[in-house]
Amino acid sequence: MGEESIIGKSVPRVDALDKVTGAARYTADLCPPGALVARILHSSIANGRVKRIDTAAAAAMPGVELVVTCFDVPDIAFPTAGHPWSVESAHQDVADRRLLNSRVRYFGDEIAAVVAVDEVTAERACRAIEVEYEEYPPCLTVEQAMAADAMPLHPEICPSNVLKEHSYSSGDLAAAQAEPGLLHLHRVYRTQPVQHCHIEPAVSFAYGEGGKIVVVSATQIPHIMRRVVGQALGLPWGQVRIIKPYLGGGFGNRQDVLYEPLNAYLSQRLNGRCVLLEASREEVFACTRQRHAITFSYHAWARPDGTLVARDITAWSQQGGYASHGHAIVANATTFLRDIYQDEQALATKAYTVYTNTGAGGAMRGYGIPQGCFAADCMMDDLAQALGLDPILIREKNMMRPGFVDPGTGIACQSYGLADCIRRGRELSDWDRLRRAYAQQSGPLRRGIGMAIFTYKTGVYPISLETASCRMVLNQDGTLQLHLGATEIGQGGDTVFLQMASAATGIPFADIHIVSTQDTDIAPFDTGAYASRQTYVTGKAIKKTGGLLREKLFAYAARLLGCDAAQLQLCGRQIVSAAGEPLISLADLAQNAFYGLDYSEHITAEATSHCADNTFAFGCCFAEIEVDLPLGRIRPLKVINVHDSGVLINPQLAEAQVHGGQSMGLGYALSEEMLYDEKGRLRNGNLLDYKLPTALDTPPLCVDFVQTVDPSGPFGNKALGEPPAIPVAPAIRNALLHATGVAVDELPLEPKRLVRLFQERGLI
Amino acid sequence: MLQIIHLTVNGRAQELAVDIRASLADVLRRQLGLTSVKKGCEVGECGACTVLIDGRAVDSCLYLAVWADGREILTVEGLRAGDGSLHPVQRAFIEKAAVQCGFCTPGIIMSAVEIVGAGRRYTREELRRELSGHLCRCTGYENILDAVQQAVEQTLQQASS
Amino acid sequence: MFDLEAIYRAASVQDAIAALVADPEAVVIAGGTDVLIRIREGKLAGCRLVSIHDLPELAGCRLDAAGALHIGPLTCFRDIVDHPLVQRHIPILAQAAAAVGGPQIRAMGTVGGNLCNGATSADTASSLFALNAVLTLTGPQGSRQLPVAEFYLGPGQVALQPGELLTDICIAQADYQGFGGCYLKYAMRNAMDIATLGTAVLARAHGAALMELRVAFGVAGPVPMRCPQCEAALSGTLFRDAERLIAGLVREEIHPRSSWRASREFRLQVAGENAARALRQAFIQAGGEV
Repeated sequence: MGEESIIGKSVPRVDALDKVTGAARYTADLCPPGALVARILHSSIANGRVKRIDTAAAAAMPGVELVVTCFDVPDIAFPTAGHPWSVESAHQDVADRRLLNSRVRYFGDEIAAVVAVDEVTAERACRAIEVEYEEYPPCLTVEQAMAADAMPLHPEICPSNVLKEHSYSSGDLAAAQAEPGLLHLHRVYRTQPVQHCHIEPAVSFAYGEGGKIVVVSATQIPHIMRRVVGQALGLPWGQVRIIKPYLGGGFGNRQDVLYEPLNAYLSQRLNGRCVLLEASREEVFACTRQRHAITFSYHAWARPDGTLVARDITAWSQQGGYASHGHAIVANATTFLRDIYQDEQALATKAYTVYTNTGAGGAMRGYGIPQGCFAADCMMDDLAQALGLDPILIREKNMMRPGFVDPGTGIACQSYGLADCIRRGRELSDWDRLRRAYAQQSGPLRRGIGMAIFTYKTGVYPISLETASCRMVLNQDGTLQLHLGATEIGQGGDTVFLQMASAATGIPFADIHIVSTQDTDIAPFDTGAYASRQTYVTGKAIKKTGGLLREKLFAYAARLLGCDAAQLQLCGRQIVSAAGEPLISLADLAQNAFYGLDYSEHITAEATSHCADNTFAFGCCFAEIEVDLPLGRIRPLKVINVHDSGVLINPQLAEAQVHGGQSMGLGYALSEEMLYDEKGRLRNGNLLDYKLPTALDTPPLCVDFVQTVDPSGPFGNKALGEPPAIPVAPAIRNALLHATGVAVDELPLEPKRLVRLFQERGLI
Repeated sequence: MLQIIHLTVNGRAQELAVDIRASLADVLRRQLGLTSVKKGCEVGECGACTVLIDGRAVDSCLYLAVWADGREILTVEGLRAGDGSLHPVQRAFIEKAAVQCGFCTPGIIMSAVEIVGAGRRYTREELRRELSGHLCRCTGYENILDAVQQAVEQTLQQASS
Repeated sequence: MFDLEAIYRAASVQDAIAALVADPEAVVIAGGTDVLIRIREGKLAGCRLVSIHDLPELAGCRLDAAGALHIGPLTCFRDIVDHPLVQRHIPILAQAAAAVGGPQIRAMGTVGGNLCNGATSADTASSLFALNAVLTLTGPQGSRQLPVAEFYLGPGQVALQPGELLTDICIAQADYQGFGGCYLKYAMRNAMDIATLGTAVLARAHGAALMELRVAFGVAGPVPMRCPQCEAALSGTLFRDAERLIAGLVREEIHPRSSWRASREFRLQVAGENAARALRQAFIQAGGEV
């Protein structure tokens, strides 16, 4: 099976059998019996300082093995973001967290930990710890945190609470605005904090072995985690070993190092005894990461024909108590704004990332673009409505076109399917008919259709040079073992990596086995699952390694057969001559390579591919909804996503991944929101009060693709993992605008907000 | 404190000394190694720990192990036939790409096994209702619904032929 | 593992009562879907339990000689939904029980537990209010009967005396015969949610006339409640007038609170709207001409 047949084929997932039979082992499933259990004591204030902490009662409890507090841990500040390390200190992530923190920066901050023989004992011990705080008023919003008298959360890092700011401008904004006859709109668009809600909670266990600290963890980024655990504990990185088994979803939350350094430290303090640290769902909500709430003050100037003349946009990103991915997210959002639409005359953007006393914002599926897309595509419909234009027409007039090159990053549009995606979505959604049909409605139930478009960068270059390694090892039976540092996190990575390996080597798909678990002592280096990079970046490493392996196979065969390696081909399980005549099977070749009587060579290939390239993926969403005005409810009737992700490696898995993104986008649009009380405590940090859509809240999900061939992708492919979650919320918001004439500028579009707005507008 | 209970798990009679504080999920996972029973919330909100108790889908995280005395428990580990062949639901989940991260999968499969065992047809909306006690973040439920529908149809066809 | 000290698995109602008399601080556990969560939250950590989980005498539904429908409090929501007697005589209760949580929770949680934890949001409570359910409470001194409306003393507080168990929920024939009913749950999700507002309406019809109206709400006040003034004003009127007036009348009579989950104003809006919608469905079910 060569490249032609296996790329683009919907082979079943290679991990599906394990996952439907219960054979798949996730982190907690692997923890040895008898492991000690750790529990964390979290602060009960959002802003302040731990003055005193009394652990005597806890430490005296039978079954308690260890109690540590914020006053015991090493004074090492470390970064947690799952970015590749930068050798330039200016580009390193902000190191603002300690294993346990006496300076409390959010409600739930980690201030002490207990290790005990079982969870009940550990929990009782946590409850027995007495804490005395010095309490400060919490800054729960960007406005509060930026106030002149606000107390800085991290004075050693930034004197105010502005972690970072940057601006960008092109053209002469003042001159552009002065053009007569322009429509000027100013809107403030707000997005809310939401969470990933991977169903497997954050979990790890740690033990000492071979002079190393081993952490088995549910992570997207084992090799990055090794570095961060080393940094946090002040250990040489080679003394840290991370093992990543099957993973119950990530979506970016596990592109951060969570409790693994603390877990490693607790085991270390207990001379390497095995310690299990399972976060409860409530802890996952309150204390891991979330998608940044970003507010956009958005000015746009357009001509009556819809031409976007100029924009002036300021964005404020609510960071929470610790930097995590920090400014990278809102920076990505503002870059998106200039990529998806181009202004004829001028653009100015400004962005701030601001520390607040709330849970830390980090990476979440789309990395700033769901927020940016909400702002950009709300404005497009607001302009269209004000100018009496069709929403598609105004987009087509202003959106990215082939040949575009981002003026800042230099990323070029190397393949372009955006216009075709829109065309396809327009047909599938019956856009033209429904726009007319729903134009004039009255009564309590109204329908609408809306759409939104996006572009998405596949990897992270030129922020950092992308790098990935791949190793292929020939087995004794002529099959192949594939080792990667890239991670399967549920997206189907293992399956498409095998498809790529089959295409790259010519060895049948069924004859290649993947080592799904990453063990940083064994797995080749790869920074892991984030951005939408693995099929792109790791794919290049697979392709390169496959070529190397073929050369080695042919060289060995040529030596054995006494022929010219350049004349050999691989066909199925046979090495054949240029004329196609079978010469030797791979199985026989392998037997000889391992067990030959006069010569032996263990045939392996390993290569690093660095990727100094990037490319734009595209897509759109069309959403049809029904609004029940008196009850403030939006019922999505149909959600259609059309994506240009280049060549699809596995169309069935690609479609499945889009479904998941659509569902996540629906939650973002309609119901999900992390709510904090006036003290900074998360009110709804559980799966009952946080409204993740159930099957009954989900409409039929419809997916289509426009397959372009991207010249920079290893197999013509580009980003797919994150994009599906991006355009759904603005599409639904615009459908609501169509149905009711009410422009809602704040997410989520939940009933309480809608009823208030409908009442204000006299609709009910 | 321990109590002795007698129960049948995946067709096999068991006598177990269980901690009175343990949930059924705890005992299945830790004492019997049935780690398909996942813990996603521990309060009956996500459905990842769903098993069949006397044929009914139940959240095993909210079910005390001592209550399982005298009952029959089925988990995903008990679905495969002796010859290794898969249950129609398991097959359908693979064929329809209803599996992604796989963490919610065993629980949903158990609800689906009960649905398929009912021996009747379901509308898509009814299936949504029957599966609404499970949260999945990867699939948007679309392929899961397809898989369950396929398993229902195949099982009905086999029964009638 | 749950932080509990002991569990006594009662073999009968009398056995459970004796255990509760012997240990007045012990907590009764039935389906477990509320009590175990409260133990995990730490609110009941370290408690001792008396389990009535496996008392078949308290489960199931039956009609007595007088036509009254008796519901065993240990009947789980799923069995309420599926029970032929419930479906035939009080489908509104099946509708309410079907609105609880999700399928797995409905196979565990019980209708009696729904009442005994005293939550205003209990899905089945408002229907039982509308049905004038009478509860039997059995304790060391024997049994007593109490209308469901008198069972609720305040948020989380019910009229169970120490050592008492809820042992029967009874609906007299006159309280269901001839009525159509409708329960509408308003929640932020279509499953796995607690009610933002629950609306239960029972109606008897004669042609276009609404002969009798009963309206009950959950989360319209600290405990589930009826709207007697609205009922009195609209019983015996034309349906079309009642449908027009009911929203305004119930909004005057209920007193929902603002919480982070929803404001008073929002709940008032939903209550009025859903009262009208539930009335229409109940009236149609009762054979009325709309």
